[in-house]
Amino acid sequence: MEPLVVLLPLFGALLAMPVGRMWGARASEIITTVLVGLAMIYAWVLFFDVAMGAQHARTIPLFTWIASGEMSASWSVRLDTLSAVMLVVVNSVSFLVHWYSMGYMKEYGETPRFFAYLSLFTFAMLCLVTSDNFLQLFFGWEGVGLASYLLIGFWFKKKSANDAAIKAFVVNRVGDFGFALGIFAILYVFGTVNFNDVFSAIAENAVVTPFGWDAGAPVKELSITFLGHQVHALTVIGCLLFVGAMGKSAQFLLHTWLPDAMEGPTPVSALIHAATMVTAGVFLVCRCSIIYENAPTAAALVTLVGAITAFFAASVGLLQDDIKKIVAYSTCSQLGYMFIAAGVGAYGAAMFHLFTHAFFKALLFLGSGAVIIGMHHEQDIKKMGGVKDLMPFTHLLMVIGTISITGVGVPGLLLFGAPFGASGFVSKDMIIESAFAAAGVGRAVAWFAYGSAIVAAVFTAFYSWRLIFLTFWGKSRAPEHVRKHPHHVPDSMMWPLVPLAIGALAAGMVFYNQFVGANAAHFWNGALYNAPAHAEEVVAAAPDGNAAATEHAAPIEHAAAAGEHEHEPSLIVKWAPFLAMLIGFLAAALHYLRGDPLRRGALAPGGMIYAFLKNKWYFDEIYDFLLVKPALAFGRFLWVDGDQKTIDAVGPDGLAATVAAGARKIVKAQTGYIYHYAFAMLVGIAIFITYVLVRSGGAQ
Amino acid sequence: MTAAATGFSWLSAITFLPLLGALLIGLARLGANPDENGVLEPKEQQRIDNTARQVALLFTLLVFGVSVWIFFALYDPAQPGFQLIEQIEWLGGGVSYKMGVDGISILFVLLTTFVMPICILASWKSINKRVGDYMIAFLVMETLILGVFCALDLFLFYFFFEGSLIPMFLIIGVWGSAGTKEFAGFTMPSRVYAAVKFFLYTLLGSVLLLVAMAWIYFKAGTTDIPTLQQFAFPAHAQTWLWLAFFASFAVKVPMWPVHTWLPDAHVQAPTAGSVVLASILLKMGGYGFLRFSLPMFPIASAEFAPLIFALSIMAIIYTSLVALAQEDMKKLIAYSSVAHMGLVTMGIFTATPQGVEGALFQMLSHGFISGALFLCVGVLYDRMHTREIAAFGGLVHRMPFYAFLFLFFTMGNVGLPGVSGFVGEFLTLAGAFKYNTWIAFFATTGVILSAAYALRLYRKVMYGELTKTNLMAIPDVDQRELVMLGVLMAFALYLGVNPSPALSVFAPASDHLIQNYNAALTAFAGGAQ
Repeated sequence: MEPLVVLLPLFGALLAMPVGRMWGARASEIITTVLVGLAMIYAWVLFFDVAMGAQHARTIPLFTWIASGEMSASWSVRLDTLSAVMLVVVNSVSFLVHWYSMGYMKEYGETPRFFAYLSLFTFAMLCLVTSDNFLQLFFGWEGVGLASYLLIGFWFKKKSANDAAIKAFVVNRVGDFGFALGIFAILYVFGTVNFNDVFSAIAENAVVTPFGWDAGAPVKELSITFLGHQVHALTVIGCLLFVGAMGKSAQFLLHTWLPDAMEGPTPVSALIHAATMVTAGVFLVCRCSIIYENAPTAAALVTLVGAITAFFAASVGLLQDDIKKIVAYSTCSQLGYMFIAAGVGAYGAAMFHLFTHAFFKALLFLGSGAVIIGMHHEQDIKKMGGVKDLMPFTHLLMVIGTISITGVGVPGLLLFGAPFGASGFVSKDMIIESAFAAAGVGRAVAWFAYGSAIVAAVFTAFYSWRLIFLTFWGKSRAPEHVRKHPHHVPDSMMWPLVPLAIGALAAGMVFYNQFVGANAAHFWNGALYNAPAHAEEVVAAAPDGNAAATEHAAPIEHAAAAGEHEHEPSLIVKWAPFLAMLIGFLAAALHYLRGDPLRRGALAPGGMIYAFLKNKWYFDEIYDFLLVKPALAFGRFLWVDGDQKTIDAVGPDGLAATVAAGARKIVKAQTGYIYHYAFAMLVGIAIFITYVLVRSGGAQ
Repeated sequence: MTAAATGFSWLSAITFLPLLGALLIGLARLGANPDENGVLEPKEQQRIDNTARQVALLFTLLVFGVSVWIFFALYDPAQPGFQLIEQIEWLGGGVSYKMGVDGISILFVLLTTFVMPICILASWKSINKRVGDYMIAFLVMETLILGVFCALDLFLFYFFFEGSLIPMFLIIGVWGSAGTKEFAGFTMPSRVYAAVKFFLYTLLGSVLLLVAMAWIYFKAGTTDIPTLQQFAFPAHAQTWLWLAFFASFAVKVPMWPVHTWLPDAHVQAPTAGSVVLASILLKMGGYGFLRFSLPMFPIASAEFAPLIFALSIMAIIYTSLVALAQEDMKKLIAYSSVAHMGLVTMGIFTATPQGVEGALFQMLSHGFISGALFLCVGVLYDRMHTREIAAFGGLVHRMPFYAFLFLFFTMGNVGLPGVSGFVGEFLTLAGAFKYNTWIAFFATTGVILSAAYALRLYRKVMYGELTKTNLMAIPDVDQRELVMLGVLMAFALYLGVNPSPALSVFAPASDHLIQNYNAALTAFAGGAQ
């Protein structure tokens, strides 16, 4: 039965087009939506079974996929808390987005194709999260990449959409390059790619013998040669896998595809480029928590990149005018937060933020989609203003989303053991506190992450409220006909937002105890490499003064889970994110609620900082100059100067010229060369036969 | 189970059955009454042409059916050695007519018999001149290719191996595309240039192969392949023999830098010719390395492995970059073929289970995917008579089914998991990583580059507005094209999701090969100390 939770969306994807042809687009939309709806219900059932209640973690193997030599990977459905959380997130958001799309895509047409892609994406994403080995994970990983490519380029008439689709696929492939090498390294070291085997080998510090070695070594101490260097095996693996995560989760250096991906229809942005696919990198790091726990350098890299991204993306988000791009950069930045948490070992906090982020970010995107439709396909917030009066309900929902993402809550106040505040408040505070706790035990990178997270929180509040103020408040700057006759927004685009809004407000409080609070150990049940095992290890290691192990025991939820409170952060730490949020809000309010919101301010157009941020730190230009153009030019050079002018000129052409000079007539005949060749071969055969015959005659 | 047990020479039967078809097509013409110029009435000609098509299709299908039956009923996949052996005294003195298959060759036999009916179908409408000759050429080629994969005698192999080129030359030279080319001071048809180029490359290889073969015969006193695989050639001799064999196989694969004949040959060949070239003929090079170089010259193979890796990496990166710059659809796919075959040669010489099985699988999968890609180009060429990328754009509006199929095979080419292309790519690279991380590092960059050139092609041809007026009425794939591409898609998808049926056939032979290879190296190292 369990495989159905993955397969139902696949059935939808396969049925969408034929059903659309036979019974019309509406039937196709309904069928795919209902199938994903069923998958969602089933996912919640499994979630309660696996995570909340009976702890029935299990793996259902289907059949062998690739078996070669010592390696054997199967198609399977792994159900533990980690995958159950992802199952409900993916299926729920996917269902709501399917539903929403019935309204959103109405006037664009071609909905069967759209719904087929959406369901295909859902299927691939579910394969990714329920995988029991790195290979099926990679299948889902690339599968969501394909679906993302198809959906970004859904409006294939547009050049910009096609460019963005290719960019997304190719940049993701750069990440996959690292991911693939990571899988090869795992296979080389462990002789297997199955999670259970790899993780238990690390947990037991088993002796592993890499391929071709005479003697092995305990895996935690093992060093392998990678690109000519002797390096710690788990560190190499952790770093390589993280390169894959950077691509999929649009982290700094590999982030350039995500803003461009907004070329896709808005529901796609909500599903793929906010709530689910881009979080796959965070999922990967959490799934491999045991690797990162034993590879401090790799974990530090995760924190560092996350911290840079959180800050960088938020800074770029400050000045964007496209409503979707603001939300896109915000996504990028929030993913950075998740990596900060994962890098300092607070995997529960990372997953918690992933969970709450799905609600408020999907809400913000789908709300933006409603605004775009209402404003006659306008995306520039400078041309909006005053939308509050035209779309009051949408305004309410967007404000809820903003309250959540900026982190509105009451620091220090606990209700039923959970902090009181919007979902984003609860989960983001967990991350910032974890970073602080890790910094407290002397990890420099965590200090950096903490600072960066606070600054990014200021930026987040600024750009989020700026979006609200410029779009919804003040006087309308829209053209007359838009102002007078806003486009009708169908009900099916409003209802799906309600559960998301509820989640954006309450999910943090409701699930706090499970994800990171008192019940965390019971909830995760070993799916994350967490406190109990770690704590014992620390105790065991402590007498030897193993600083590295002790240092790594910092994660805040571990302490909370164990009922210890020595890491309880001080008041200033508790209030810092809140103050940051307040500063950002006030700055936005002071600038955009007084006078002309488009007037020149501190970040005036024309200034260097303005240009720098507006142009997204010039990454696209730099990559184009350093990588894209040279690759194309180099390819051309190799073709013309390499193949034609060198290899051919020296090889066949040169040879032929010599031959031809002496034997012009042979070439003249159209098919002369065939006889020529056949003749040469026959001569050869004749010589050989002669030789054989002579020899055999002599021998007998 | 051997030929003795079945009492019938099945391998010879499928090998020579196509020849019988060719003979029938020849006979069909005897009844016709040409006028004094040797020209038939159009109706008569049409009837004979149709007969030729039907006979060719019938025979290739028959051969396919029998080969499938052989595989399931007679072939024992668990057995590592040669099976279904037939042997007849031939030239005497250790040269015999000997046929047989093992896990390395049996699936290439099946691939050949599978691809051939598709080639006949692909030529159904597009070939209108000298149809009978064309079909005869294809049938003869099938016989020769099957011979290559079944021959268990070095001399017999050579005969088939070199012979299979002749029909290919004819197909390119007679039915190839128009256009002229300046070459060596002449203006000649481009197709002739392409064939001459191939000829010059191959000549060198086959002469060296012939010399090496003679030397082997002199030394070992036999050309029996199973015997030669057990024959320990002295180390110094292995070096020269290996190089001679390498010259021949490297051209065939083709490896960088002897690859430049392939894009020209592909561009000039008719669609079906390209399909055979890409799906089967290239595989003869990889097959040669596995059948001869590794088992017969293990010490030299180990010595020269770095050279192979270097050339393979060159092939992957260099030709992928070149593919980025192409303006002709067929050239682009041809260059992509060279890159993919680079993975094959790399995998083979890692001599690891994943490397060898991955290489075999990659060859099989490439047979489906790149064959299908050439068919896809053929679909457009038949309609518009151009292969220039810039001549298309926005086809998805008019050709939704074609768009779907082309996308599928593009993704297969890119190595998307779930399609067969991924399995071979993953395994060869995983094998390379075990051998040396630098090799895997460079070779894996291919996953980025392949995405770039393949998606660029697809986007330029399929996406965008449909602005060119001559494309406004372009029809979608018809039933015949749908069948050809659909069948290939089914196989690529099935083997992508469940490659075990193929991998489990490769595994015993591959393990056997690696075991002997390592044993030979150990023995040599022991002897040297």
